[in-house]
Amino acid sequence: MHELSVCQSIITQVTQIAHENDALAVTKVIVQIGPLSGIEAPLLEHAFPIASAGSIAQDAVLETQTLAIRVRCNICGNENEAPVNKLLCSACGSWQTSLLSGDEMLLKSIELEKSEEQAHV
Amino acid sequence: MCDTCGCNVTDANRNLIEAGGKHAKTEAGNEAVEVLQNLLHENNHRAAHNREHFDKHQVLAINLMSSPGSGKTALLEATIDALKNSSEALSIAVIEGDLETENDAQRIRDKHIPAIQITTGSACHLDAYIVHDALHELSLEGLDIVFIENVGNLVCPASFDLGHHLNVTLLSVTEGDDKPAKYPVMFRASNLILLTKSDLLAVLDDFDVTKAEENIRNLANPAPVFQLSARKNSVLEDHGMEAWINWLKQQIQHYKSHLESGETVLPKIQTEGQTLHEARVV
Repeated sequence: MHELSVCQSIITQVTQIAHENDALAVTKVIVQIGPLSGIEAPLLEHAFPIASAGSIAQDAVLETQTLAIRVRCNICGNENEAPVNKLLCSACGSWQTSLLSGDEMLLKSIELEKSEEQAHV
Repeated sequence: MCDTCGCNVTDANRNLIEAGGKHAKTEAGNEAVEVLQNLLHENNHRAAHNREHFDKHQVLAINLMSSPGSGKTALLEATIDALKNSSEALSIAVIEGDLETENDAQRIRDKHIPAIQITTGSACHLDAYIVHDALHELSLEGLDIVFIENVGNLVCPASFDLGHHLNVTLLSVTEGDDKPAKYPVMFRASNLILLTKSDLLAVLDDFDVTKAEENIRNLANPAPVFQLSARKNSVLEDHGMEAWINWLKQQIQHYKSHLESGETVLPKIQTEGQTLHEARVV
């Protein structure tokens, strides 16, 4: 249950970026969560309103994008998708693979509301 | 650490990033800002600071992780005893993480080894901030290894960089050989897996060592797997401590040779990012 501390970290980063951009509010926060990141997207979504309350992102929508686990075989070079606890090569069956994606825990982008005049600058 | 060099951009998300500009407008007229920072950016920043502190003193920091009751503190007690009898003296200290009580730190102090107890209250893992505070109370002068005994939990501790160098995960044989398949994030991040309470293998018919190792390999993890019984180990009879102590000595050498070439050792969970980074430079 470390999703709340992850959310608090997100809010810290988001607040800083919003201030740097002179935003009135944060409307959307987009994160990428891989199945091997150790973070559960539904728990993150539940924790987000608690962490964002009273912050510049209090009305923001949290969007979580999940990327599939993909591995590249170090033996035969094949690339394939894999389940979370079987990161094996689908071609030659070896376990000596490298992870191409699936462990992301990334704050991808945020959307900001700005005042009318700033928007035209 | 990875937000400027772009090494957190993977094959799977690159197209998403390239699709939009840095300050693209959304349909509602709001401004979209690309960030691409690790969600634990703040923690990772502090972790890097902790690691610099360890590196300045040439102290190897090892994060011990496992479920509660798998024998982390017992391993440390036996390690202290084994090091006393070892020809090559190693100086160690311990940072103990628990929800409550000073019990574990006291067990270490009883063996005349410096121990800092962290009580996390209800937090289920240590993070770089907590370890940073503990480091203020611990002198690294003359030490070879600092063991950070994480909160007993096979889930959350795996996601947090503490500023350490290596992850060691304990799996006691009473827990079952399928734990690596159930907790892939943790066991994928391990540099070494210790099958503890191994003396009980003789009376357990449902823990298959080969199967446990197979479940670890299924996570593409080449980490060594040792059997060890901290309780049964003695000067007269080795129950896996020798291999463990030798591994520690090898890791110290490995760490120091990295320091000599101006590098540090990053905990295993981050190496994939490093690899991607190197691949992009090429």
